[in-house]
Amino acid sequence: MAARMGAESDRHGQVKRPRQSGRRDPVESAYDHRRRAQRRRAMSGRTLYDKLWDSHVVREEGDGTALVYIDRHLVHEVTSPQAYEGLRLAGRKPWRAGSIVATADHNTPTTHWDEGIRDPISRTQVETLDANIAAFGAKAYFPFRDRRQGIVHVIGPESGATLPGMTVVCGDSHTSTHGAFAALAFGIGTSEVEHVLATQCLLMKKAKSMQIRVDGTLPRGVTAKDLVLSIIGRIGTAGGTGHAIEFAGEAVRALSMEGRMTMCNMAIEAGARAGMVGVDDTTIDYLKGRPFAPAGAIWQRAVEHWRSLASDPGAAFDTTHVFDASTMRPQVTWGTSPEMVVSIEDRVPDPDRERNAERREGIVRALEYMGLAPNVPMTDIHIDKVFIGSCTNSRIEDLREAAGVVRGRHIAASVKLAMVVPGSGLVKAQAEAEGLDRTFRDAGFEWREPGCSMCLAMNDDRLEPGERCASTSNRNFEGRQGAGGRTHLVSPAMAAAAAIAGHFVDVRRLC
Amino acid sequence: MQPFRIHTGLVAPLDRANVDTDAIIPKQFLKSIKRSGFGPNLFDAWRYTDRGEPGMDPATRRPNPDFVLNQARYQGASILLARQNFGCGSSREHAPWALADYGFRALIAPSYADIFFNNCFKNGLLPIVLAGREVDRLFADVAVFPGYTLTIDLERQSVVTADGSLAYAFEVDPFRKRCLLNGWDDIGLTLQHADEIRAFEARRLHDQPWLA
Repeated sequence: MAARMGAESDRHGQVKRPRQSGRRDPVESAYDHRRRAQRRRAMSGRTLYDKLWDSHVVREEGDGTALVYIDRHLVHEVTSPQAYEGLRLAGRKPWRAGSIVATADHNTPTTHWDEGIRDPISRTQVETLDANIAAFGAKAYFPFRDRRQGIVHVIGPESGATLPGMTVVCGDSHTSTHGAFAALAFGIGTSEVEHVLATQCLLMKKAKSMQIRVDGTLPRGVTAKDLVLSIIGRIGTAGGTGHAIEFAGEAVRALSMEGRMTMCNMAIEAGARAGMVGVDDTTIDYLKGRPFAPAGAIWQRAVEHWRSLASDPGAAFDTTHVFDASTMRPQVTWGTSPEMVVSIEDRVPDPDRERNAERREGIVRALEYMGLAPNVPMTDIHIDKVFIGSCTNSRIEDLREAAGVVRGRHIAASVKLAMVVPGSGLVKAQAEAEGLDRTFRDAGFEWREPGCSMCLAMNDDRLEPGERCASTSNRNFEGRQGAGGRTHLVSPAMAAAAAIAGHFVDVRRLC
Repeated sequence: MQPFRIHTGLVAPLDRANVDTDAIIPKQFLKSIKRSGFGPNLFDAWRYTDRGEPGMDPATRRPNPDFVLNQARYQGASILLARQNFGCGSSREHAPWALADYGFRALIAPSYADIFFNNCFKNGLLPIVLAGREVDRLFADVAVFPGYTLTIDLERQSVVTADGSLAYAFEVDPFRKRCLLNGWDDIGLTLQHADEIRAFEARRLHDQPWLA
């Protein structure tokens, strides 16, 4: 894969390298790029990203830096305290408190809610959010123990706070999730959280556009998670750097909103701040009747507008990748980066077969951390724990998919802990109404309270050093689920199947 | 924000690709509600052999002698030399806070992840992009010459060795360069356009009332 340049440097349509002489003026090149892009759009129609971008630019400087208006600001306890503090120190107030939807999710425990948050540092952070929302206001706040509390990227869509055509930001990289609704949604740092609080805008330059088109139909037992892991395995974790990705094609159209959210959620694992999918009936059907979605006459007007939020036929992208869904198989990561992934039918890679020295070194290091030998079949890898949850895979469809695999079975005796952490209080209630909690409990799973939980292990849910986990989350980085913990990313169905077998297994043989 | 103009400093090499922000500052240290104090836990899991938790006295920790920043020759380093896709993963601004708090003023790598790259500029930390072969050369030279320093001149967009034998030019976004040179506060700049934002907002909420 070609080395990528930093975000801003390569947003001008072509890779610019400093030259010994005759270095081009970056202002002029940005201008040229915009003119070229405008000509191209006039000829071939606009992408969804073009439409979302154009409709939010408040003003633009000569160098292409734009002031972009933000419609929805999602806030959680970990990345907001310093932003509110900055606001307070400067004597400022939120520009539009009505744009803010907040919840506590990263630090909250998933057991013994009656005892509150035992860790005093976590408790302080959650109480700081309580105090900031009380002082500065919000459209909605779902605090710890509220029945609508949950992972910020689950509650936004389920409450209808995420709508097509919006710009959605949050101090969290997985904000890309909301792009499934044809929103321009991306993660920001805490300084930018403060900037949005104070000005309702962000200063940024337009990214390049990438289309990932998936033709054909996914085989039975192969899910959106397998699809996106497979794509990341092919384009790499920096493959989408500097781009906004639109997922398109027959296989994406066939996905539910939950499946599309799983894909957009992991756009950031391919390096892209934003992932998105155009509006269709699936989008509209999901939104109808949600608490914050429009109703009555305004609903009709909104739907009419939303229908325009798809790329025009023939719209040109800076980069296009095409995949064939029918060739996809269930995926399992073997290393410490989401791009280190193979199909369940494959083996752990052999570094001796890698010619690129940097990549070989990466494989060696990852195998050492993961405690894996080269060439071992993936199905021979035994696990200690199973985590079904996270903003990637904790929605009702994910839980149904996993429950379908475990129903009438029991987790292997060698599995120390298998847990299901629903994405929100409402997902949990829905699952309980369907009896899924019983299915999981009967199979030996723990049924927990909602939150981010062991995806990043900020609360008590974590791996101990050396423990191996089948996880439906999004990152298998060193120490992500606990210092020394070993994470294998899989779909909910594959995690459930691993829990039953005690090792990775091809779920297509179980269903 | 602290302005960045010219900086000369000792270079430390971190020779691995795809260093993620979880590695730069592990999650247990994100519970702080402050912006400062993250330096002692920069690269915590690599830097120490004991398990780091918030509130531990750094003096009681067990440093990992194999980790590059613990080696005597790199003490006081203020320029981090890194590999491709540095800062991938989580958007946590605690990563640049930890790098800056440790004492780094600039980074040099072939590429960075987008959100991290953005966050650096908000904190007076300059992420420089050089070509892969230029970065390779710097890694080689740092290994050979103890006390290897570089001078970074943001105005001139140059990276130069102490003896002037090697000089690389780098690109930087003009707006960000201006902000960094002057230590400007973005929010103050944006609020100069408050009337335009207000007008845009009023129009938008009128045309699409469901956004209110």
